[in-house]
Amino acid sequence: MTDTSDLLLDIRDLVIEGRSGGTWQPIVKGIDLTLKRGEILGLIGESGAGKSTLGLAAMGYAKSGCRIAGGSIKLAGEELVGAPAETLRHLRGKRVAYVAQSAAAAFNPAYRLIRQYSEAPVKHGVMSRQEAERDAVQLYREMQLPNPEEIGFRYPHQVSGGQLQRAMTAMAMACRPDLIIFDEPTTALDVTTQIEVLAAIRKVVREHKTAAIYITHDLAVVAQMADRIKVLLKGDEIEEAETRQMLAHPREDYTKSLWAVREFRRAPRAPDDTGKPILTLQDVDASYGTLQVLDGINLSVNRGQTMAVVGESGSGKSTLARVIMGLLPPDKGSVRLDGKTLSPLNRHRDKGVQRRVQMIHQMADTALNPKHRIREVLGRPLEFFLGMKGAAKEARIRELLTMIELDPDTFIDRLPSELSGGQKQRVCIARALAAEPDFIICDEVTSALDQIVAEGILRLLDRLQREMGLTYLFITHDLATVRSIADWVVVMQKGQIVEQGAKDQVFQPPHHPYTELLLSSVPEMDTEWLDRVLNDRRAAG
Amino acid sequence: MSPILKITLSRLAMGILTLVIVSVLIFSAIELLPGDIATETLGQSATEETIAAFRERFNLNGPVHMRYFEWLASAVQGDFGVSLSNQRPISELIAQRAGNTFFLAAYAALIAVPIAIVLGMLAALYRNSAFDKAVSGATLAAISFPEFFVAYILVLLFSVTFGWFPSLANVDAGTGFVERLYRTFLPALTLTLIVVAHMMRMTRAAIINLLALPYVEMAHLKGMRRWRVIAIHALPNAIAPIINVVALNLAYLVVGVVLVEVVFVYPGLGQLLVDAVSNRDVPVVQAACLIFAATYILLNIAADILSIIANPRLLHPR
Repeated sequence: MTDTSDLLLDIRDLVIEGRSGGTWQPIVKGIDLTLKRGEILGLIGESGAGKSTLGLAAMGYAKSGCRIAGGSIKLAGEELVGAPAETLRHLRGKRVAYVAQSAAAAFNPAYRLIRQYSEAPVKHGVMSRQEAERDAVQLYREMQLPNPEEIGFRYPHQVSGGQLQRAMTAMAMACRPDLIIFDEPTTALDVTTQIEVLAAIRKVVREHKTAAIYITHDLAVVAQMADRIKVLLKGDEIEEAETRQMLAHPREDYTKSLWAVREFRRAPRAPDDTGKPILTLQDVDASYGTLQVLDGINLSVNRGQTMAVVGESGSGKSTLARVIMGLLPPDKGSVRLDGKTLSPLNRHRDKGVQRRVQMIHQMADTALNPKHRIREVLGRPLEFFLGMKGAAKEARIRELLTMIELDPDTFIDRLPSELSGGQKQRVCIARALAAEPDFIICDEVTSALDQIVAEGILRLLDRLQREMGLTYLFITHDLATVRSIADWVVVMQKGQIVEQGAKDQVFQPPHHPYTELLLSSVPEMDTEWLDRVLNDRRAAG
Repeated sequence: MSPILKITLSRLAMGILTLVIVSVLIFSAIELLPGDIATETLGQSATEETIAAFRERFNLNGPVHMRYFEWLASAVQGDFGVSLSNQRPISELIAQRAGNTFFLAAYAALIAVPIAIVLGMLAALYRNSAFDKAVSGATLAAISFPEFFVAYILVLLFSVTFGWFPSLANVDAGTGFVERLYRTFLPALTLTLIVVAHMMRMTRAAIINLLALPYVEMAHLKGMRRWRVIAIHALPNAIAPIINVVALNLAYLVVGVVLVEVVFVYPGLGQLLVDAVSNRDVPVVQAACLIFAATYILLNIAADILSIIANPRLLHPR
């Protein structure tokens, strides 16, 4: 390398365009970015901000359907824009490496981890296969993976999500690159797993003095990782500052709004006067085949309140929803609505029960039929449950759209593909409301959304509850969401309820140890948070 | 028991069950024929004694289910009875014919499968390029013509015009291996042209389906060559749908070659079947059908099992 200066990456006036409907639309609109050797830059913004596109550009790479339309990208003084494909290929994986959001999807399912690890060093001629495999074990150890000698010989599906994400970081380190692009590496992980991955990534990046671009939408996470933070919105830079400065004194309104999102709280709501729960589960066990996923679940939901069910993936939260909906018959125990035992299978329940209990799913994308216009999406439950037709149905569809704050004239004839993520989730809410239910299960309804959009959905759900006296069972892994909307909190772990109570009671110490672990794993907007938690845990043994 | 063994055994059991059902259907065919087979075959003038002797000889007495089990038991041991038309044992008649058919099928498969998969990978690599369009167009054209037409064009070109290959694929037990390859080249080429398109297009589609997946993008971001990304990262994960289409086409190579055999006067099962049908030689038809059905079923089981093995989740459980 001829360039001895401290400057590793120098991006000037970069324009990247994406093809949409036959024309090229700008995705990144003239951004400058510099990075010194060993420095970590955090890129934050909502989806569509151009974070990933900008990150990939540092590798001279544009996703298919995108092109680098202008500007300059210099890596250690070498221009990447317009460089021959072979030059760029030799640089990728060797000098600049990439860590993807979902390690489970980014590892090839057909090969063992260590074979995928050694691919880049061997093919780029950095090491022999034997050397690479020895080196892999060393890096697996540095990444604090269990059984570093052996774990590489497993297939991706045999390794947990958090471990895979660390194995992917190790793979990115294989050629000891100058720069690693981390593209939302912990977004898909549970909070308790995220903390381990964050700690391991930070350690290895610091020890090898590797520069990094850390892309995330989670401010509290980026605060732990980055030296500097750059905020993006719709392909433009909003502001950039040193991390502490940015957290303490954001200059721009947009940045401030990002900071403020987590502050939505509503007052606890009292149960209705009857004092009788709307839904009760008694001693419910459920399993998939021989695998037991619910073990002795007892809970009762008060009418007009929101019960939040929290827990990590695999804790049985979604199975709980399936049992209540009658999609998975329980092995034993009963589900009662207003004191009446429900049939274990939805198709044996009468229409009235089916109408009264509705569900909203996590992925609004896949929950809507892509060929149905909004009129049809909302019209079908009106017809099916309430027998509405013609003008009455049309009027009710318009009313529902108004309720979810979408303009009927604009949206009624649209297809799901013509809506944003937040709008799709609103339509799913309207579809549930169309049946005029009393009880709605919300299964991670905000998890796939940006924080600002998610907050809008939470406020909408809250308003509807107030106006219509709805009862919610809110399944989530996000404690911030629980804090903002729950009246009653149920904490689940490995198919059991480990703690439940009124929100204030659960969030006040003393906690159940698992609740404590969950609460302490939620990143805070404080650059010292990760160190503090790790120290506390080390001290506690 | 490992899940893979379990699945393999259950598929085999299903295959055998299917074969039994097919054998019942094939056997019933003879019962469903109008009239009495003995009088039909021997004609109106036959005497009581000759008819009784015929019935005895072809085992036409006794209840249907008993005769079915006797027929099946002998068939399993390779004894399909004797031909109605020339009184020779059917197993003898069929053995050489079946050998010829399987030889031609294997010959065509060894040319067609590698060509189809490599062309499919190249088409996926250079998708939407002139090369891709040319390959798709050419293979589609080949599959669109009737097979006898393709066969006659090849004969016209390679036998009549250039005189490189014989137009008749007449082989017998004494023909040497190399000579056999030479004489059956044109029928093998005809079959190749007919089956390549389907397999090639499935390979192309299965690979292109995977190209947008994160692990394929990851391979690019690790700086791997484009060909390596297709061959090493995409193909192994696309193998299941490809295997299934290959199996269907292999089955076609055995079962669907009647026209090609007729054109090249090749002594295969297809020819035998055509002759037997025109002579109303029912036991021969039954035997040939059973072999065709078994081929179909076995190839499909093999495809099923191979695509299961290609799935690392099943091969290496947690």
